[in-house]
Amino acid sequence: MIIYGVYIVSKSGGLIFNLDNNVPRIEHEKTFTYPLDLVLDYDSKKVSVAFNRKDGINVGHVLVAVNGIAVNGVTIDDGRDVKATLESAENYPINLKFSRPKMTTNEKIFLASMFYPLFAIASQLSPEPRSSGIELLEADTFTLHCFQTLTGIKFIVISETGLNGIDLLLRKVYELYSDYVLKNPFYSLEMPIRCELFDNKLQELLAQVEKTGISNIDK
Amino acid sequence: MSRQASRLDAKKVNSEFLTLTYGALVTQMLRDFENVEDVNKQLERIGYNMGMRLIEDFLARTSAPRCLELRETADRVQQAFRIYLNIQPTISNWSPSSDEFSLLFDSNPLTEFVELPPDLTNLRYSAILSGCIRGALEMVQLEVQCWFVQDQLKGDNVTELRVKFVRRLEEVIPAGED
Repeated sequence: MIIYGVYIVSKSGGLIFNLDNNVPRIEHEKTFTYPLDLVLDYDSKKVSVAFNRKDGINVGHVLVAVNGIAVNGVTIDDGRDVKATLESAENYPINLKFSRPKMTTNEKIFLASMFYPLFAIASQLSPEPRSSGIELLEADTFTLHCFQTLTGIKFIVISETGLNGIDLLLRKVYELYSDYVLKNPFYSLEMPIRCELFDNKLQELLAQVEKTGISNIDK
Repeated sequence: MSRQASRLDAKKVNSEFLTLTYGALVTQMLRDFENVEDVNKQLERIGYNMGMRLIEDFLARTSAPRCLELRETADRVQQAFRIYLNIQPTISNWSPSSDEFSLLFDSNPLTEFVELPPDLTNLRYSAILSGCIRGALEMVQLEVQCWFVQDQLKGDNVTELRVKFVRRLEEVIPAGED
């Protein structure tokens, strides 16, 4: 039972809370000789693998370190350009570290606001009048569960596929939200949630769900 | 009022504690504002802000579905009073078009030890309740007006809170709910 993340989207479609949970961070380090047998894609923001996967370094993974020095976008932290470094033979053998790309906060906000119209479109596409929006979205590696309250706040849980009873978990998150966020006098509505108590309680809940299953959530 | 053991647990605060705290709030406001009308307004405003937050707690606790007629709404409001104040107001005096009803309170925990001094007859002591109802219903896209018709503090037999449906806030009904 793996929960990858919890998101809360406000009435107006903004991401007000996100929590990454238990996502295994895959990193692969390998020493390469010249010429490099990976086909790399240098775009303006990052260096990623375009073709020729090997040893767990998969297409789509991004370069995070060269010889142990972190890579920031397309430059190495010591100031050198990644592309120039990798293309000159005198720098080899070279140790490269690749990892799965990690979403930045901005990307998360962007995706959350993309989900908002998708949800609305789903309810309009419906052949029956008065349909709800997307409640469940399945892919081969994860399932997205969405619960919209009567007041319009969306609670979203990303989990592994084939789990039952996530709606119970969503309800429980709603309860935590109503207790620890809305009863916090310093929280103003519609704003990003920065409540430590809520974070802690939510993490406790997720830990419990992952250990003992959803049916054992204490109410 | 957070839950620990069971889901619909009894409230855990002695109602006298609430009565006294609320009394202290009202007294402080009377001292701060001097003008009774301002106090009424502020109490109503505080109630409105409370209602906007309290509704989420109510929905999370009861998993109530959306109301599609005012009679359902009235039942829910009654249920909310039971949950939060442990009193059950009577619903009555429906208007012929079913867009207005009254909540009758035999007792009101907010006013338990209160007598209004003669110079404060304009004070709507429990105005926080009407604000609360208005704020909560607004969050579920119902615009209502809410006011006191009778008040035990002013010598009436019961306290009567009138609720009038104004309109459904169509533009803010969340997608997938309208």
